[in-house]
Formats: sequence, C-alpha cells, structure tokens
Amino acid sequence: MHRKRKPGLLAPGKMDKDRLIALAFLWPSLVGVLMFFVLPFGVVCYYALIDNPVQHNFVFLANFGKLLSNSAFQTAAKNTATFSGAAVPLAVALSLLLAVLLECRIPLKSQFRTFFLSPMMVPVASVVLIWQVIFHYNGALNDFLLVFGADKIDWLKSDYSQLVVIVLFLWKNLGYNMILFMAGLSNIPRDLLEVADIECAKPWFKFFHIKLRFLSPTILFVTILSLINSFKVFREVYLLTGDYPYETLYMLQHFMNNTFRSLDYQKLSAAALLMAVVMVLIIGLLFIIEGRFGKDVEG
Amino acid sequence: MKKKRYFSRTVMFLLAAYFALMFLMPTVLTITNSFMSQSELAANYGQVFSNFSGAKTYIAERVNLKFIPDMVSFSQYFTVLFKSPDYLLKFWNSVILVVPIVLGQVAVAALAAYSFFRYQGRMRQFIFFFYVVLMLMPYQVMLVPNYLVADWVGILDSRWAIIFPGMFAPFSVFLLTKFMRRIPPALIEAAKLDGAGEWRIFTRVCLPQCRSALYSIAILVFIDYWNMVEQPLILLPDASRQPLSVYLSSINAGEVGVAFAVATIYMIPTLLLFLHGEEYLVEGITHSGSVKG
Repeated sequence: MHRKRKPGLLAPGKMDKDRLIALAFLWPSLVGVLMFFVLPFGVVCYYALIDNPVQHNFVFLANFGKLLSNSAFQTAAKNTATFSGAAVPLAVALSLLLAVLLECRIPLKSQFRTFFLSPMMVPVASVVLIWQVIFHYNGALNDFLLVFGADKIDWLKSDYSQLVVIVLFLWKNLGYNMILFMAGLSNIPRDLLEVADIECAKPWFKFFHIKLRFLSPTILFVTILSLINSFKVFREVYLLTGDYPYETLYMLQHFMNNTFRSLDYQKLSAAALLMAVVMVLIIGLLFIIEGRFGKDVEG
Repeated sequence: MKKKRYFSRTVMFLLAAYFALMFLMPTVLTITNSFMSQSELAANYGQVFSNFSGAKTYIAERVNLKFIPDMVSFSQYFTVLFKSPDYLLKFWNSVILVVPIVLGQVAVAALAAYSFFRYQGRMRQFIFFFYVVLMLMPYQVMLVPNYLVADWVGILDSRWAIIFPGMFAPFSVFLLTKFMRRIPPALIEAAKLDGAGEWRIFTRVCLPQCRSALYSIAILVFIDYWNMVEQPLILLPDASRQPLSVYLSSINAGEVGVAFAVATIYMIPTLLLFLHGEEYLVEGITHSGSVKG
C-alpha cells in the first residue's frame, strides 16, 4: 500500500522494514482477531440482510422489522435498557462517592480499599446461594423487614426484582470503578487545589468546579465500562432464576440464548448487528458529551 | 473548627465501615456457612431451600443468617473432596478452560502490544482503534460470530470453542500497549546501539520491564474467565464439560450443604490471587482507565 510520509523523517527502505517487523509481531493476534471476530461478524452482517441461508435472497431491513416486532425481543430490550439506564448512573455516582471517602483522612484506609474491591474476585456462582437466602420469599431480608411491620415481598418474582439485580450489580462493580476514580483524583494537579484553598473555596466548589471537570475523562470511561458490565448481569439473573425468570428480569442475553436454541440465524444476526450499532452510537454520543463539557487534561 | 472536622471524619469513617460490612458480608457468610453441618444448615435455611435430603431434621420457623457455626464441621468438605468426584471434575473443567486462555491471551497480547508500541503509523492507529471497538462490544454481540466460526471449523461443543476466542480477546492487547508506553525510549535505543535485534529487545528489554504488568493482566483475565457463564451455555452445551461456574447453580436443594463448600472451594483460586496480587491488580485497573490509545 502506498502511503504519503513526511519527507526526511525516515528513509523509505527503513519504513518498510519497520512495518514488516511490526507485522511479524502482530500477526498471531491479527489472524486470531480476523478469524474469530471480524470475518464472522461480516457474515453476521450478511445473514442479517438475507431471508435464509439456503436461498440467499436479499431482504434488506425485513429481518430487523421482524425482530423489532418480536414481543420477546421487545421485552428483553426494554428490560435491559431500564436496567442499564438505572444501574449505570448509580454505579458511577456511588463509586465516585467511595473514592472520595477513601481520599479523606480516615483510619484503616487501605483495608477499606481491599474490602470494597473484594467482591470483584468472588465468582458470581459462589455467592448465588447467599443471595438466595437473603432475597427468597421466606428469606432473611423479608424476615428483617418484618421487624418493622412490612409485608413480605417476593423479591425475585415481582417488580422489585430489577431493584435486587441493581444491588447485585453495584455490589460486584463498585470496587473496580472506585479504583479508576481514585487514580483520576490523584491525577488532579495539587497546586490547583492549593490555590483554591488559599482563595478559601468551599469544599463543594472545589469538588464540582475543579475535581469533577478534571475527572471527566475518568467519568466517561467508568460510564462506558459500567455499561458493558451491565450487560453481564445476565450471570446473576441466570444463576439465580434460570432460563425463564420473572418477566422484568428477561434480559437480552436470555433472548439470545433462547434464539440460539432454535438456531434462527436471521434473528440472531439481526439482533447482534442492531446491538453493535446501538453500542457504537451510545459510546460515540458519550464521547461527544465528554468533549463538550469536560476539560481535556490528557492533551 | 477542629471539633467540626473531627465530627465529619467520624461520619466518613462510619459510612465507609457500613459499606465495608455490606461488601464483605456475602463472601464471609458463604465461607463460614461452608463449615456448618448438614443438619445445622437445614435448621437455618430450611425455609428457603425446601426438600433437604434428611427431611426428618429440625427446621427453624424463620431463616437464620448465621456468621459463626454452632460447631465447626469439615463434613461438607469431606463429602466434596472424597465422596462426590463430580464437583472436582467440574472444577478441573474450569481449570483447563481458564488456564490456556490466560496464558494464550497474555502471550499473544505481549507480541501484539510490542508491535503497537514500536510502530507508529496511520495503519497502526487504524488497527488499534479497531481493537478498542472490539473490546467495547458486549458478549451478546460477539457470541454470534464466535458461534458461527466454531460451527464452520467444527469445534462447536468442544473446549476450543471457548479457548480460541478467549485467547484472541483484545483486552490484554489494549492494556499492555498502555503499560509499554512507560518504558523509557532510551532503554530501547541503547539496546539497539548494542546491536540487539527486535526479538532480543522484546525478550530481554521489553518483557522484563513489563513483568508486573503481565502479572496484573493475567490476574484480571483469570478473574474474568473464572466467572464465565455466557460462553459455556452457548458454545459448550455438553454439561459434562461445563465449568463449575455454570454447574454450581444446578445443584439441587438436597445438596445445599455441599454447595456452600463447593462455592468456597471455587473462590479459593481467585481469593489467593487477590490476596497475593492486590497491588498489581490495582495497578492494572488504574492503567485501564482511559479509552484513548
């Protein structure tokens, strides 16, 4: 491939040798990525546009229309969207709170960090038993609430179930996000905060006008990360309630699993492509928002 | 003024302590409950898990969350380790899925990251951006392509259907590239002047410099895959080869006592990694902290 290059930077022959060396190191990864992700994803795009794998007639958007009118898909998409819409902002706000807590001078700081981080290393399958004991109809939480005279709630089989899953999601993910925020907080230039101190700025002013603006790249990253992780909450739901959970817990991954069972390639491909497009749009939008409001400290 | 500050620090501490309690409770309960005997568990949790095998046992009126067993008993562990080989088999399934993925992903990523580190050009920017986009895709999107390839190559329903996509996952490449950027260029230049070839620079200069990075990435990848549920369900439907992370949920109520012990055993590898490498883990997370490559 012919490329323009700035004259005088590197001799032409050397450039090509560099590129060969780079390729020599990159090829194992590149071949694997192409073979297991990129090429099959191309086929997914193709499958999403044809009527069936035998006749290969192009139907363009018909598969998407069918998918969007599928009631199972509608439920799954709606549930996933409400869950992510509630869980992601909560995850960002609460992990920032934890990071700020640990920034203050309190005793046992490093122990607290360890404790907050510990849920991330616990496999979901290992704590599912305890979640069951707590959230079961006859479980510990209802028992506790009974003391205050509250009625029994079937946490996993009622409209409260999304709430339970949000709690489980936060439990597992706050620690990881907190570490990211702690790193972001420690990168804020000290002298700026000292100037603010000299000027007798109020703590909330310091937080909202200085820290938060410098944290905006971190907030962006934590938001994206939490969004991706929010799709993984299927693990908790599946291990707690199985293939067919209460209606508000029926996530997109359940829909995919059940569609895999019937091997409807068109539906699967259309769903995967649609999700990829939506993800790219959301992430692009987040980048634009951050670019407009954030202070670019990375240069 | 001083009194006020002291007060706010106490509030902060109490808040942190409250969170710490919430974060630790489920894990600690699982571990301590694994030391309870079957009858004690039946008494405590009979209301939740009906159909305990020994139905004659006493069941308390209400659920009883207990941190400390009445009597420490190793009987559950004895059952798991010596009487029911099924669990150990599933544990072994997890090991032979996750260990190749971790080693493979780190090895492949080290090579690729070195390439991204050494070579700067428009093509490099494009490919790296592509890796980042791939990294940001949720499982729901990537499982369909993975399934198609596995079907064509004929590895569907074998361990390779999970191991291969795991080995080439772009996460480690992204993270390692960011780590390598901290290697002082003078070090590379010096090695070059001494006549070292690229492979020699890679193995003798670059890899030793990233030793802690490699460790922290290995921990992150291990934790992620030790916890996998989605991939085995779709790519490896054969129940006898599924990892313990999936199988644990299908343990029926009659074996609840054993389940706590199995759950604890399943935690041990990640727990040990965490306790031993927390600093590395934190450093690894810290460096994942920006999408900009």
